[in-house]
Order: sequence, then structure tokens, then C-alpha cells
Amino acid sequence: MTILKTLAIAAAGLVLSLGAAQAEGQKTAKDVSFSFEGPFGQFDRAQLQRGYKVYKEVCSNCHAMHLMSFRNLSQPGGPEFSEEQVKALAASFQVQDGPNNDGEMFERPGLPSDRFPSPFPNEQAARAANGGAYPPDLSLITKSRPGWYGTINQLINGIGGPQYVYSVLTGYTPDDQLTEELRKEQPEGKYHNPFFANGPWIGMGPPLSDDQVTFDDGTAGSVSQMARDVSAFLAWAAEPKMEERKRTGFMVLIFLGVLALLLYLSMKKVWAKVH
Amino acid sequence: MSGHASNYQPKSAFAKWFHERLPIMDMVQGQALDFPTPKNLNYFWTFGGILAVMLVIQIITGVVLVMHYTPHVDMAFNSVEHIMRDVNSGWLLRYMHANGASMFFIAVYIHMFRGMYYGSYKAPREVLWMIGVLIYLVMMATAFMGYVLPWGQMSFWGAKVITNLFSAIPFFGESITTLLWGGYSVDNPTLNRFFSLHFLLPFVIAGLVILHIWALHVVGNNNPTGVSVKGPQDTVPFSPYYTVKDAFAIVIFLMFFALWVFFAPNYLGHAVNYQEANPLVTPAHIVPEWYFLPFYAILRAIPDKLGGVIAMFASILILFVLPWLDTSKVRSGNYRPIFRQFFWLFAINCVILGFAGSGAPDSYFMSHEAAPPDQWALTYKLVGQIATAYYFAHFLVILPLLGLLETPKPLPASISDAVLAESHPSAAAVPAE
Repeated sequence: MTILKTLAIAAAGLVLSLGAAQAEGQKTAKDVSFSFEGPFGQFDRAQLQRGYKVYKEVCSNCHAMHLMSFRNLSQPGGPEFSEEQVKALAASFQVQDGPNNDGEMFERPGLPSDRFPSPFPNEQAARAANGGAYPPDLSLITKSRPGWYGTINQLINGIGGPQYVYSVLTGYTPDDQLTEELRKEQPEGKYHNPFFANGPWIGMGPPLSDDQVTFDDGTAGSVSQMARDVSAFLAWAAEPKMEERKRTGFMVLIFLGVLALLLYLSMKKVWAKVH
Repeated sequence: MSGHASNYQPKSAFAKWFHERLPIMDMVQGQALDFPTPKNLNYFWTFGGILAVMLVIQIITGVVLVMHYTPHVDMAFNSVEHIMRDVNSGWLLRYMHANGASMFFIAVYIHMFRGMYYGSYKAPREVLWMIGVLIYLVMMATAFMGYVLPWGQMSFWGAKVITNLFSAIPFFGESITTLLWGGYSVDNPTLNRFFSLHFLLPFVIAGLVILHIWALHVVGNNNPTGVSVKGPQDTVPFSPYYTVKDAFAIVIFLMFFALWVFFAPNYLGHAVNYQEANPLVTPAHIVPEWYFLPFYAILRAIPDKLGGVIAMFASILILFVLPWLDTSKVRSGNYRPIFRQFFWLFAINCVILGFAGSGAPDSYFMSHEAAPPDQWALTYKLVGQIATAYYFAHFLVILPLLGLLETPKPLPASISDAVLAESHPSAAAVPAE
């Protein structure tokens, strides 16, 4: 009977764990939807372009994206800036190159093949400038942070990485709304954010405020709009071949499906005389 | 290889010349094309072929991945991302290889449970079964070392936890761990030796697979009735009957594989492994890949470190003596009504063990909530302990006793009889000629 009971509890647990919280004072990510979810989901180019602008103007002051190059911004399946735009964009940064023939390092305008410049030369410098906290590299952030847990939940809804980023960006408790209790445990220079994975206290102050970024396509720059756009951009940066992957997937499935059908018919014919 | 004489007749002068020097076509004809195979094999018997295909896929994708991967602690993680981003179809290779490992284990578990249900390990197939267990062991070592190569957080900490287990061994423990690490911590030498062994072991598996097939071809296939082949009326030649059936099943399995690769490529992995390894930051939960979770649960079920390690290895090694623990002479579970129920309980118990290995030991089972330490609670650890006890009881108590106590159902006189009874129920009453 122990087995049956355990089984019943396991079954109940599977269902219950859909909404289970991670730890005390922690919240699972808000379930915002994105255009790239599901087997047919694709990135929204305009959204990725807006998202890049948010990254460049806000996030990149502290966060590196060392796996990204400027040229990625024009490749298919991404924001698809034109090559001219990418050249101009890269050239607006000064990057260090060298050594030249005299053995000297020198500065030159960026090229599309250059990586996104990092805001700090090393981790120690980044920590020193950020009150001891290390702003993580954002290249893979949406793949390395789950928004929620649960065996079935993640199968149906994905791991929730982009939702996690969105939730952290929009999930700060304003200082004047902190309860007396929380205010007492608030560490120096930390902010309350129940969505933060190692939280609820986070070293990053609320990074976005309304109209902080002026979008070129006229979209209003509300905090939630900017958070959503930059989350989409980071999702693309973490998985730049997603559109190619899904497209290939459909071709593979169609090919294998037809092949399976032919093999099934052959099998029926071959086996017809046996028995 | 014995078991069946080939009808191979070289047709051309060249074929005759070649045959006299290397009779390989004779072997192909006798072992792969004409090989007499029971005519009643169901789809569970296609997983051998599926596994062979998965091994080939893993080797091919692996060999190409090696062309782009750099086994160095400072570069491994980024070289994997280089494969994902800059190598043509590199994302496809890597996702196929990573998910291929999971598919390999799904197929091997179905293959093993099929053997357990239909009694494929019983005489005269004990050696065939034991080679299979050996393949499974080498597969586990290969998969574990492969998971270390991307050098993410879970790669590093998984390697640390598992290699640390060996330090529990009395007298030699420390030396073994030092040898595995190539030093005094998990570092570049560890990564390098794991890389080398991860490349080598699949070819060891391939060699063992040849032995496995050889042993199979000496004794012939078991079948769903468990009744031995009595004569040619019970069999069909392997080709075209089973080549086409296996091909169909393989393609269906590849479609299942493709669903993961193209539409949920990271579901079976761990998010935290997309963070580069950092020896100074321990992840909140260190858990192995899903296919090791039952063994991880067994490891954690025993409070003593050495005891846990012994239990974990015993849970696999016990499979080697399974042919002698099962005292029943009847092979197929279809004719063993009570064994059949215990078989399914055992299978469910393995799934429960898997879940028990997935969570923090002191949290409530299937929840992230920590249980109060001072009172009774159904925690991951407790469920793991109950399921571990049942796992061993199945082999050491239930199977030996069942064979003595259970009354099996009457067996069909032959495979043909069973097949006829199924397709023409009225003819079943007519005794076989």
C-alpha cells in the first residue's frame, strides 16, 4: 500500500508543483507571452530592434554581452538591421586593437566583426563599480535562468527565461511600499525584488523608468514595453538560430513523416503473407 | 558466428574469388539477411535497432563536434557557444548530440525493461544479457563524462560530486580521486582526461555491441511468448521482414527525437549549465541528468557516504546476477500473472526513484518547500529510501520467491500456435499437428 500511496502523492505533487514557489519571499516569473513561443513562434524584428536599443542605452552601462558581435545584428533570424546600419553602429564605438608594428596598442572605430564592447575590463572592476555586486554577462541570460519549475510546467510553458528577465525588470517593490519588517532587513544599497533568483535583495537598482528610451518607431517607452522588448532581444541573443531551427524542424518532420508512411505501407505488404 | 548456416552462393567470378579470401558476404547473407527470427516479435523488439542507430548518430555528431570544440577550462564553454553561433548547423549538431544522449537512454531503458518483462535474460541468454548490462555501464560513464565537457556550472559541480564519491572507498579512495582529477581538484587535467575518455568509450561500446549481437546470433531472439523456436514454421528471415519493420520503428523514433531537438532542445538539460563553470559559486541544487536520477536517489537514500556509494553501484551490478535471482522457468511475463503486476510496480518504482533524485532531500516530495526537520514528513529523501528498499526487494525477495510460489498460465505449444490463436481465436482449440 505504501507504494500506491506514494504514487497518489506523486501524482498529486506533479499537478501541485505547477504553481509551487521557489523559496520564501520568492515569486515565479510573470507569465507574459512573447511572439517567439511555441513551435511556430518567430521573433518580432521591430521588437528586437527596440530591445537592442534598450540594451545599448541602459543595460550595456553595466552588463557585457561577450558572445555577441555587431555583425550578428544583421544576420537572418535576428533584429536584421541593414549592413549599413550595423557598420555605422559598430563605428560609433572605439575599440582597442593592436599591437601595431611599433608594439603599441591603439584605438580604432569598431567593425561589424568586433564583439560588443564590455563596460568593465574585468570582474573586479565591475564589482568595484557596483557596490560589490557583479552584473552578469547577458549573452545567455534567458537560457541560464528559469522563470519557473515543474516537470510538466516547463514542458508546456518553456523554462521561462525571457519571462524571468521581464519579471525582474518590472518586479521591484518601490521603496515607499516596503513593509516595516522588510525595511529592517534591507541590506545597504540593495533593492527589494521578489523575482530575483538569489533574492529577494538585488544589487541592481530599478534600471528602467518611463520614457527613458525613445524608440525610433514611435512606440511609447513605458517600463513594461522596454522590459518586454529587451527580454525578447536577450532571448534572441541567447538562441540566435531559433528561427532556422524551427524551420528545419518542420522540414525534417515532414520528410520523416512521408518516409514513415512509405515504410509502413512496405511493411504491411511484406508481412501480408505471414501468419 | 554459429546458429544458422548461410545459403550464400557467389554469383560472379570476382565474388567467388573474394569469398575464398574473405567470406564476409557469406556472413552478411547468413547473419543479417537470412537470419531466422521469430515471426511474432512486437515493437518492443525494434529498440535494439533503434539503439544501434542512436550509437551511430552519437558517434558521427560527436566526431564533428570535436572538430570545433576546445577542451580547456578557459575556452571549453565559449567553444561550445562558438559551435552554437558560428559553425554552420553547429546548433543542430550540438542539440542532436545532447538530446541524442537522452534518446539513447530512453531507448536503452525500454530495451532493458522489455528484456525484464519477457525474461530475455534467462537461459540460454545470460551472457547476452550480461554483455548488455556492461554496455549500459560504459554508456553511463560515457554520458557522465560528456556532460562535463561544456564546462557549465552543472558540468563542473556534477563532476565534483560524482568523482568525490570515489573518495569514500577505504584505503584507495583518495588516490582514485586524485587519479580521476589529475590533481587535487576538478580542473583542466580533469576536463582533458574526460574528453579523451569520452571520445574513446563510444568505440568500446561499439565493440561490446558486436559481442552483444554475436551472442544474440548464437542463441537467437527471445519472443513475446518466451517459448523457444521449434522449427522453420516459427521464424521468418530477418530481411525483408524485420529490416522493414525496424526501419519503420527507427523513423518513428527519429521523429520523436526531432521533436526534442527542434522544438524543446533545452528542456532535458539544466538551465544553470548555460552559466560557465565557477569553482567559487555552488549552484543551489546539484542534480545529474534525468537518466541518472534513480541512481542518485539510491545514493542519497543511505545516510553513510560509503554505504550510499555501495548501494548505488550494487543497484546496477545486481542486474548481472538477475538471470539467477529469477527462479521461474517461464520466460515471458505474459504467462506469469503475478510477476506481471510486480513488474509494473517495479517500473513505477523506478520512475518514483527518478523523481526522488530530482529534488532537495529535505523538501516535501514534489515540492520546493522545505520540511520541518524535527517532525515526520514525506520528503524526497524518505520517498527515495522507501523506493530504494523496494528496488532491492524486487530483485532479492520478490523475484526469487515468485518463481517458487507462482503458478504460471499454460504456455502455447509453439510460437506458431500462439500466433494462430491470436489471429484466429476459433482455431486455438485445435491441437497443433
